[in-house]
Amino acid sequence: MKILVCVSKTPETTAKIAFKNNDSEFSEDGVQYIMNPYDEWYALVRALELVEEQGGEVVLAHVGPATNDSIIRKGLAVGAHRAVRIDADPSSSEFVANQIANHAQGENYDMIICGKETIDYNGAVVGGFIGAQLGVPYFSFVSELTSTAGTHTVTRDIEGGVEVSEVSGNIVLSAAKGLAEQRIPKMKDIMMSKRKQIEVISPADFHTTAKVVKYELPSAKGGVKMIDAENMDELVRMLHEEAKVI
Amino acid sequence: MSVLVYIETSNSKIRKVSYELAYYGVQAGKTLDMGCVGIVVGDCEDLDKLTSCGLSKVVKIASNSNGDNGTIADAIAEVAKNHSASLLVFGHSSIGKSLMPRVAFQLNAGSVTGINSLPSIDSGQFQVSKGVFSGKAIATYEISTPIKVVTLMGNSLKPSLVDESELVIEEAAVSIADGSVTIKETKKEEGTVPLPEAELVVSAGRGMKGPENWGIIEELATVLGATTACSRPVADIGWRPHHEHVGQTGVAIRPNLYIAAGISGAIQHLAGVNNSKTIVVINKDPEAPFFKAADYGICADLFDVVPRLTESLKKFKAS
Ligand SMILES: Cc1cc2nc3c(=O)[nH]c(=O)nc-3n(C[C@H](O)[C@H](O)[C@H](O)COP(=O)(O)OP(=O)(O)OC[C@H]3O[C@@H](n4cnc5c(N)ncnc54)[C@H](O)[C@@H]3O)c2cc1C
Ligand SMILES: Nc1ncnc2c1ncn2[C@@H]1O[C@H](COP(=O)(O)O)[C@@H](O)[C@H]1O
Repeated sequence: MKILVCVSKTPETTAKIAFKNNDSEFSEDGVQYIMNPYDEWYALVRALELVEEQGGEVVLAHVGPATNDSIIRKGLAVGAHRAVRIDADPSSSEFVANQIANHAQGENYDMIICGKETIDYNGAVVGGFIGAQLGVPYFSFVSELTSTAGTHTVTRDIEGGVEVSEVSGNIVLSAAKGLAEQRIPKMKDIMMSKRKQIEVISPADFHTTAKVVKYELPSAKGGVKMIDAENMDELVRMLHEEAKVI
Repeated sequence: MSVLVYIETSNSKIRKVSYELAYYGVQAGKTLDMGCVGIVVGDCEDLDKLTSCGLSKVVKIASNSNGDNGTIADAIAEVAKNHSASLLVFGHSSIGKSLMPRVAFQLNAGSVTGINSLPSIDSGQFQVSKGVFSGKAIATYEISTPIKVVTLMGNSLKPSLVDESELVIEEAAVSIADGSVTIKETKKEEGTVPLPEAELVVSAGRGMKGPENWGIIEELATVLGATTACSRPVADIGWRPHHEHVGQTGVAIRPNLYIAAGISGAIQHLAGVNNSKTIVVINKDPEAPFFKAADYGICADLFDVVPRLTESLKKFKAS
């Protein structure tokens, strides 16, 4: 099996969020980046498990500048065989999907796995766009996946439950919690990963059609009202009369 | 030109989100000066209820199919073309997120997912906003293509209802092609409202000490008519099912009421819940970070407070 895993970078979860250029751009000053958890924990690990079972290779795809190579190296340390970096600023989910689909067009990957969503902009669309462009079935939020002889059983999360489908041939999917367990690379893996190849390719032309024009911070909460533990009647009254939620 | 809204159904009935979607579509239509048309796949018995949101027309696509979302998306894109749709609205739900990318791709449409505002027009440009960076900021997006596609976050706006009137249902001239995907089965928890749609949520964390203690949380939820949720470590160690996990890496919710017992309020937890309208925190540690994000706080032992709250609610419901 030849599996492409799309990996993105995202600010570390406790990073301070600030903006610049008249609140039109995210300020990267002092921000630490990590690999998007859905990509690292679920998408990549399930791809590795499938290849360990059935043979083949796991290739990473990343759209971003050379400064992001450390994110790709992390994925290589976890076990991916090699990587492709499309050398462009990932200006939108559509742009990213278009670049990855263009690369995949000539490669015949059996499977392309994305994370469920990036945890900064929560697009949840890159996989869907790749599937659409390649004309290949797309499954969102997959929490279980088995594959035998080109036929896949795909379990995806839906509201309040799961849906199980069957499909043959190439597929694109997005990985949700439950699909695999996070793997922590050992020192030896980290050393080995330094020798793995990151192929750099130039981006194709694509015009981004949706972009952020302004950021703002949400208005602050009014402050907490503390309520005496002995007086739950009072809480119920406030929820009814003041908050009007019950 | 029109706004097209994808109406979600379940067992031939409209789902709750569909009211919000219909209302959003009608209101967006007013801003953009165009009519709103619903689009539904397969049979639905109670479509006329949507007139209470101001919707007056629905296009129905007959469902043939084995349930391939790709071919359903293609049929929706055809209907959008036939109706000169300039804005398409889907729910930010599993079905909405499955259909939307392929529809947008077929229509060369720019898109933004998970929005929480009606569109506005600024210097001729179409703008919508959404929460980003785990609710730590709000971003306004501009979409520059003639056709736009958005998915709407649940509980983003409250429909103000109008008197029900006639609904025109039109059969679509397109049909859904057979796809290569076959749905084998759908497994659902019966009875409770799924978390992303719940208006009332009772949640608990590691402060519960063990899974055997969850009875008091379930009882509170039952009395309130709420859905239960939990923090991530609790789902990770198997005290609670995975689908209950809320937060940055779990489900993001925005209920009217979120009650959190024995949860510290780590930033990654808050990321998924801080859009709740009202937050009640029960924690015995006065320094717990969650109190900073709360509207009401009770600093005490949850094993004492939760049953007491349940009793007070029972009294309230009975009065
Ligand atoms: C990348 C990343 C992603 C993450 N994503 C998520 C996520 O999506 N969701 C999530 O929840 N977490 C997430 N986490 C984990 C998060 O950082 C916290 O570790 C977690 O939320 C803590 O869970 P908790 O509050 O249940 O447990 P704890 O932090 O152990 O807190 C237990 C709380 O219970 C209180 N308590 C104990 N006993 C009682 C009692 N008898 N009465 C009242 N109060 C009591 C304590 O004072 C304490 O505040 C993530 C972490 C990382 C690194
Ligand atoms: N710059 C990128 N390079 C490679 N893959 C990406 C990039 N951005 C997003 N992805 C993939 O697409 C998934 C969903 O992203 P999004 O649709 O933007 O939320 C991520 O989890 C990644 O798997």
